[in-house]
Amino acid sequence: MRFMVCLKPVPEPGTVRVDPETHTLKRESATLILNPADRYALEAAVELKEKTGAEVVAVMMGPPNAAPLLKEAYACGADEVYLLSDRAFAGADTLATSYVLSLAAQKLGAFDLIFCGKVSIDGETAQVGPELAAWLDWPSVIWVKELSPVEGGFEVVRVTDEGEERLVAKTPILFTIEPESNDPRPPSVKRLLEMLEKDVPTLTAEDLGADPARLGLEGSPTRVLDVFTPTYEGKKELLEGAAEEVVEKLVSILKERGLI
Amino acid sequence: MVVDYFFSPEQKLIVEVADRIGREYIAPYALKWDEEEVCDPRPLRALALADLFGLFIPKEYGGLGFGTFENCLVIETLSKYCAGVSTTFAASGLGAYPILIAGSKEQKEKYLPQIASGKKLCAFALTEPQAGSDAAAIKTTARKEGDYYVLNGIKQWITNGGVADIYTVIALTDPKKGARGASAFIVRKGDPGFVIGKKEKKMGLRASTTTELFFSNCRIPKDRLLGREGMGFIIAMKTLDLSRPGVGAQAVGLAQGALQVSLNHARQRIQFGQPVYNFQAVSHTFAEMAMRIEAARALVYSAARYIDSGAKGISAASAMAKAFASDMAMWVTERAVQMMGGFGYMRDFPVEKMMRDAKCLQIYEGTNEIQRNVIARELPKFVKPLEIG
Repeated sequence: MRFMVCLKPVPEPGTVRVDPETHTLKRESATLILNPADRYALEAAVELKEKTGAEVVAVMMGPPNAAPLLKEAYACGADEVYLLSDRAFAGADTLATSYVLSLAAQKLGAFDLIFCGKVSIDGETAQVGPELAAWLDWPSVIWVKELSPVEGGFEVVRVTDEGEERLVAKTPILFTIEPESNDPRPPSVKRLLEMLEKDVPTLTAEDLGADPARLGLEGSPTRVLDVFTPTYEGKKELLEGAAEEVVEKLVSILKERGLI
Repeated sequence: MVVDYFFSPEQKLIVEVADRIGREYIAPYALKWDEEEVCDPRPLRALALADLFGLFIPKEYGGLGFGTFENCLVIETLSKYCAGVSTTFAASGLGAYPILIAGSKEQKEKYLPQIASGKKLCAFALTEPQAGSDAAAIKTTARKEGDYYVLNGIKQWITNGGVADIYTVIALTDPKKGARGASAFIVRKGDPGFVIGKKEKKMGLRASTTTELFFSNCRIPKDRLLGREGMGFIIAMKTLDLSRPGVGAQAVGLAQGALQVSLNHARQRIQFGQPVYNFQAVSHTFAEMAMRIEAARALVYSAARYIDSGAKGISAASAMAKAFASDMAMWVTERAVQMMGGFGYMRDFPVEKMMRDAKCLQIYEGTNEIQRNVIARELPKFVKPLEIG
């Protein structure tokens, strides 16, 4: 069996800047970390690999400076890692991103399972996983917290707003993994050392045979119109004078505003 | 760290992984483990998966083949977050040293890969109720009976007692000869007649487990003997020479952690209208703390690198690193509590724990008084007469 795990580089909280022109995150400038939820997806895939002997392929779309995160993924148990990187991918929304991932899934397959994190800490859309399944015309099960191989597929326990669902899923299928459902391992020093001098293989738009119209900002129907930090201005009014006068004024103001 | 010690890319990577384990798998829980006296398996699993239990074990036995220096870097890094967890980690290495030093090829092939993978924790058992600093006074015996040795006696204050699977135990094969009649053995958890005693209630290092060990006609196959009969005391002393810089590294990390916590507090705590760090009595204390930490770090690193050079006479350097750094850590952690005042004394903040943890570093793996004996004993070899004028 062969599993694909989709990973996203996200800015370490506190290091992010926004491009004033495009209103997208300036990923090149930020310190990048593996999206925390994706570490649960990788761990779920690696734990299942340990039970089934499958191969785990970790794939990440991102800028060249995200490559060390794929070395980390290798050190956390992935057998192969690929960076999908091209200037043409810049500014992609979830549709353009899942399109590129679907091309990678077809090029690097054939996969039985695809694992995604539940949601990213920057975009917070939780769309890429299910969209990727749609591009591939695969079913998907989201918010999976337990996973075990059974005759003819996998038994899955998924979290819902109401409780839990237990179902049996046939391959090929895509899962998004519920955070906290496992204990993601730290990178193995031995495997990091193996990668120390190696380059992470990179696939470009051309390598993937991508349709340019579906890439990056152009391929993204989502338009970010503005990104801003909301400001809250507390208006204050200072009441001065003798205590009795001040109290009278205060009472009348509060009455005027219908607060008492 | 004020000074750049020019770590290699490999060493930087090792420190990064250890620091990440500290941040993610230890820091959020360290105060809880201390309070509840829990040796939690989760950080140990993380250390095992990161290959760190095998750091200094040769590659042919499943390790990474690094040395004492790299092991010290990991111990230092972990100790910043919790010296209890780093004690469990370092004590497993301590227990492995006798096998590395004196084990046969078969013994190394059998035990070292299990220790390197972190699947089995290890422990070193020398101390007894009547034999602490006077290690040569041990009374545990190992009587040879055919193809077996039969062990009888009590070991005390054994780190990783109960949580370890593999124990390297020093016992007398010839009680008449005293220390020269001591031998080293591998004892496995579950061996007949081997019983783990009560868990000790300690002042600090409470995330590590310390117990008694009882040997009551404990029968082990004769191939568990390490080296030859009579080599036990030498093996034990060599083991401690190799492991003591690790205690120094623990002290450096612990003190570094105390510095980071208390300095941050002093820069934020406003009294008399300004951060208390602005007051010279406070800032000079921090300057003194930082100087002593850096001096101890330099000594620990030098001693560890000296050991890794393959040098023979390492006892004094090793003892110096251990004693100097642990005395430093006791002083620094006490000052850190003082610099944080009431906050420092509360169990909601980590520095009082660090102070309790630091105390043990002056005591275990040879008290600092014994370290000074070792240094004094060795000094004439190193200090040549100097005539001037």
